[in-house]
Amino acid sequence: MTMPFYVSPEQAMKDKADYARKGIARGRSGVVIQYDAGILFVAPNPSRALHKISEIYDRIAFAAVGRYNEYEILRKAGVRYADMTGYQYDRQDVTARGLANWYAQTLGTIFTDSPKPFEVEIVVAEVAEAPAEDQIYRITFDGSVNDEHGYVAMGGQAEAIATVLKEHYADNMTLSGALAAAIAGLAAQANGDRMEITAAQLEVAVLDRSRDHRTFRRLTGARLESLLAEAAPAKNEASKGRKAAADAESGDSTDSPKPEKAD
Amino acid sequence: MGSDSHARLMSAAYLSARTSSFSELLTAAAPELLPGAPGLTVPTGVVADLPHGTTIVAAAFNGGVVMAGDRRATSGNMISQRDIEKVFRSDEYSCVGIAGVAGIGVDMVRLFQVELEHYEKLEGRALSLEGKANRLAGIVRANLGGAMQGLVFVPIFAGYDTDEGVGRIFSYDVAGGRYEEQRFYSIGSGSVFARGALKKLYSDGMEASEAVLACMQALYDAADDDSATGGPDMTRRIYPIVATVTADGYRRLTEEEAGAAAQSVVDERMSQPDGPPSALRREPRAIE
Repeated sequence: MTMPFYVSPEQAMKDKADYARKGIARGRSGVVIQYDAGILFVAPNPSRALHKISEIYDRIAFAAVGRYNEYEILRKAGVRYADMTGYQYDRQDVTARGLANWYAQTLGTIFTDSPKPFEVEIVVAEVAEAPAEDQIYRITFDGSVNDEHGYVAMGGQAEAIATVLKEHYADNMTLSGALAAAIAGLAAQANGDRMEITAAQLEVAVLDRSRDHRTFRRLTGARLESLLAEAAPAKNEASKGRKAAADAESGDSTDSPKPEKAD
Repeated sequence: MGSDSHARLMSAAYLSARTSSFSELLTAAAPELLPGAPGLTVPTGVVADLPHGTTIVAAAFNGGVVMAGDRRATSGNMISQRDIEKVFRSDEYSCVGIAGVAGIGVDMVRLFQVELEHYEKLEGRALSLEGKANRLAGIVRANLGGAMQGLVFVPIFAGYDTDEGVGRIFSYDVAGGRYEEQRFYSIGSGSVFARGALKKLYSDGMEASEAVLACMQALYDAADDDSATGGPDMTRRIYPIVATVTADGYRRLTEEEAGAAAQSVVDERMSQPDGPPSALRREPRAIE
């Protein structure tokens, strides 16, 4: 019989966190970004069948990076949570905030209780009537939640991508503008080399603000090709376009958000 | 504490469930949420006082299917609701109508709607039309205990078969028996009259607008002879709910469209109260 070595709780947690971070960093990162008519999700993904981006409920979608089998468990659980809540109460009672809390608790429990943490990072986003009320939550492997606005990057290269996104992002971008910004961000993870991104390598989906009932739509095939073509020239003038958009909107940005709902 | 441990059990079920069926998840994790309150005994006499839904008709047409339902719910000899809705969108390519105890029926429809969407989201593709019809049979069968106590409801299911490119209709019995119907069908208290009317008015390869009108005529005939079926309420502008399902998906006729169809039927009946006569022989033109 060998005696187990004593490992301090600090060390155990640090080891788990390092392990999870390493696992997540092995995969490609993903981007979620707001545009005028909804929320755009972009992730490099050569597979047409194994999705990183999925529908959860009428106005809520899910994006993940990391280990496929683990985030697939979380995706399915999220759909079950949402459908159960909507069935028990009403469809409008299913919110991204509730789902994000549920994910945070679940991931937190798994991180502390199980010997191996989940190697995943997820984003839950909900599209509202107006862009100012959209909700985007980023949840990491240990259950920490971040409430994000405008854009969020996830994965091992998240910080590098977020820096680029910050340069390119403007409120009320068009869909092709947002796609150009997302691609510019994703290209930043290729260690300086310009990464050529084609429709076949991308998984792209939106939550479309104007739709009734189920707002989630995948953008594939010809629709994605034409959007990418639109986004390509926009990318070159992205910084110029961003300034122009910012100038144009600065006039009405103070009174454009709808009045806050009284809670 | 009780609700906390319940929430933990639910969370465990979300993570570990192996099924893509929502009703199976409910059965395993929260059976108290299943419609029909299994295990309860319903005193005799109570059932008759519950609101009952009445007549639904469905007819296939060229490239799709139409379903229409009247708006009346009755409790015994009283009208309990004038504008109840008994025809529902179940998913993009199908619709479902209910007759019988409205409380159970409406809840079953809600469960069926979540069931279809749940499967689609988890599996990444919609069920086949046959698959949807079979799931509905399972949901109806789950209410068999309730039905034995008098809480009877039966659905009618219609949808567009995207593989075959045709509209199809399915009827059910309380034991979950599933029967595919040809051309047209009707359920509910006025169904005998509605089906008789459709038999004379229906023809193969009808266009959507003709099938809508035939269903409207059939509902009028049902209301004419069955006190539990409501006719178009012109004074309150309450018209039957009419929905079509085609390759373009589910579409419910607007109030204006349904109103116009109802109005034309009522106008015709001012001169011909029994509706359009059917030909006595096959080729009436040749006789003239």
